[in-house]
Amino acid sequence: MNLTTTQPLQVIQPDGGVNGYDPKLSEAELLHCYRAMLLVRAFDAICLKLQRSGRIGFSIPNEGIEATQVGAASALKKSDWIFPSYRDFGMALYHGVPALEMMHNMFGNAQDGAKGRQMPVHFSFVQPIHFVSISSPIGTHIPQAVGAAHAAKLRGEDTVFLASFGDGGTSSLGFHSGLNFAGVWKSPVVFLCQNNGWAISCPVEEQTASDGFAIKGEAYGIPGVVVDGNDLFAVRKVTLEAVVRARAGGGPTLIEAQTFRMGGHSTSDDPKRYVPPEQFEYWKKRDPLARFEKYLEAAGLLNAAKSEALRKEVEAEIAAAARAAEQVGPPGLETVFSDVYAEIPTHIRKQGEGLFDLGRRRGDAHAGDGKFPL
Amino acid sequence: MANLTLLQAINDGLRTAMKDDPSVLVFGEDVGKKGGVFLATENLQRDFGANRCFDTPLSEDGIVGCAIGMAMNGLRPVAEIQFQDFIFPAFDQIVSEAAKLRYRSGGQYTAPLVIRTPYGGGIRGGLYHSQSGEAYFCHTPGLKVVVPSTPHDAKGLLLAAIADPDPVLFLEPKALYRSVKGEVPEGNYKVPLSTLREARAGTQVTVFCYGAMVPVTLKAAEEAAASGIDTRVIDLRTLLPLDEEGVLEHAKSTGRVVVVHEAPRFCGFGAEISALIAEHAIEYMEAPVVRVTGFDTPFPNTLEHHYLPDHRRVLDALERVAHF
Repeated sequence: MNLTTTQPLQVIQPDGGVNGYDPKLSEAELLHCYRAMLLVRAFDAICLKLQRSGRIGFSIPNEGIEATQVGAASALKKSDWIFPSYRDFGMALYHGVPALEMMHNMFGNAQDGAKGRQMPVHFSFVQPIHFVSISSPIGTHIPQAVGAAHAAKLRGEDTVFLASFGDGGTSSLGFHSGLNFAGVWKSPVVFLCQNNGWAISCPVEEQTASDGFAIKGEAYGIPGVVVDGNDLFAVRKVTLEAVVRARAGGGPTLIEAQTFRMGGHSTSDDPKRYVPPEQFEYWKKRDPLARFEKYLEAAGLLNAAKSEALRKEVEAEIAAAARAAEQVGPPGLETVFSDVYAEIPTHIRKQGEGLFDLGRRRGDAHAGDGKFPL
Repeated sequence: MANLTLLQAINDGLRTAMKDDPSVLVFGEDVGKKGGVFLATENLQRDFGANRCFDTPLSEDGIVGCAIGMAMNGLRPVAEIQFQDFIFPAFDQIVSEAAKLRYRSGGQYTAPLVIRTPYGGGIRGGLYHSQSGEAYFCHTPGLKVVVPSTPHDAKGLLLAAIADPDPVLFLEPKALYRSVKGEVPEGNYKVPLSTLREARAGTQVTVFCYGAMVPVTLKAAEEAAASGIDTRVIDLRTLLPLDEEGVLEHAKSTGRVVVVHEAPRFCGFGAEISALIAEHAIEYMEAPVVRVTGFDTPFPNTLEHHYLPDHRRVLDALERVAHF
């Protein structure tokens, strides 16, 4: 199988056949990948319901991208770092971030690692894998991944750093500076461009005039490869090759995973306003989860009953996480003022004391009924 | 003790930090072999090797973005931005990322880094080698902003900044790089951040200033003394987080205040000092707070000496405030 910048690598055929390809994964590992994909889909569906019923403010649909997320994540060790985009639920779930931890973030409650300071989906985890705090500006994390990788390289560690972003992210300043620095420094980074066809409402042809995104690596002296992003084995294979090369000191790789976002950009977005209906039809037939199920069934690891049982179990797990997270109250008022600096400076402390005093004298502030993005 | 220029004190500070802490790295454009366009990093690559002091591609966004990643992963990066005027491609990395990382991750990730950059006028640098952009950054919670004005403070504040757990923007007044000399202790000493320095004792008027405006103000204060105005000069040293209590104490004690900075006036740092005094010390004030600042224009080249506050303008302000 030749890896190129123009012909996407595919391993799992739409009918689930793999033409004798050996994924070199145990039954438990294969089912773990499958379960992670199910978790993403269940998490997605429940968050959509929570948002539509006004119980959380916002979510990011992941449906259709699961094979890219899980395939790429499966190539990493727990000691590696992920600099995720906001559409990477599967990377966290694959590596065992508890759904409850993620739900705490969706509700912005007192148990949320980010203490309710960020919008939902802006996760931050240091365990069981470094899943670096997500910010909303696009592409800023790409050079950061390179810097973190450079630190590891200077210490002689063999940690690999995966930076994930979308097709729109390739137009950002951070994409250029990140890939350029990584090329010069031969940093142990895997750049994963999840080309899902749309940057909110802008199609790829309005994003770039180049022949795809993988070829952009060439200008930075970085090998580029394009892969069928709805094919778990293909994504895993190219990512693993990139990870092995990075770990051995061979430098970075740019992977373009061609996939499709079956939902909106966010719960505030209606993709039917701009995505031609035939695109949904086209990609629905290439659903990554269904394709992997066909493979597992053909391999004798899954049947309809087992699949149904697993799906129910996963949905129950996510639903329980949502129920539990919803019971947790909001973060304490002091969290508005802490963590700005390692120590709270006097002027911020005074502002906090002023707010606490106001609350004692005039009662608490009332949450507005504002909904993102209005 | 050695008698060093401010530039040599910076070099000494970097050298001391690199010697004491192997996680300290120095990098930026032309900082390696060349030692920086002002030679602040001279011989650091020679003495500490190219893994500790190295050149980067010409990309401020990349320099600061990578510095954040390094800081997240256990290093103490000291990044140089060649001129503060060129920092704006990195504005997003500084303001959206470094300054907010601790807060947005609930303390799980932090960015203890220092961004050193020459700033201010006085070298005939025109619009793009002269600006004083401190106000943009002082509006950013999570960031620290430091400006030394003496060789002693330059080294001590730099060592404190490098040891600090939070991101620090270290603005080096380039007009003072070679024009001031002073005694600089050997070894590692720190001037605590967020502390003021009384550069001149006085009882009648307090001037708050920083960076290259400190010697300008001291000269004006000497001239004012000849006409009987006893001026206290306070070097703010750290603009964010500011020692507000200290500022208020000095303001209350003289009841007359002038603020001097090179940057444009509108929404400049002087406005913050003035508002602070208006809010918390108005009953002590004998005169309005007067600001002496750069003009609300871009920074001119040929006529820069007219743009920059000089001892004449400070003296005018001192007399106005003293005789109000």
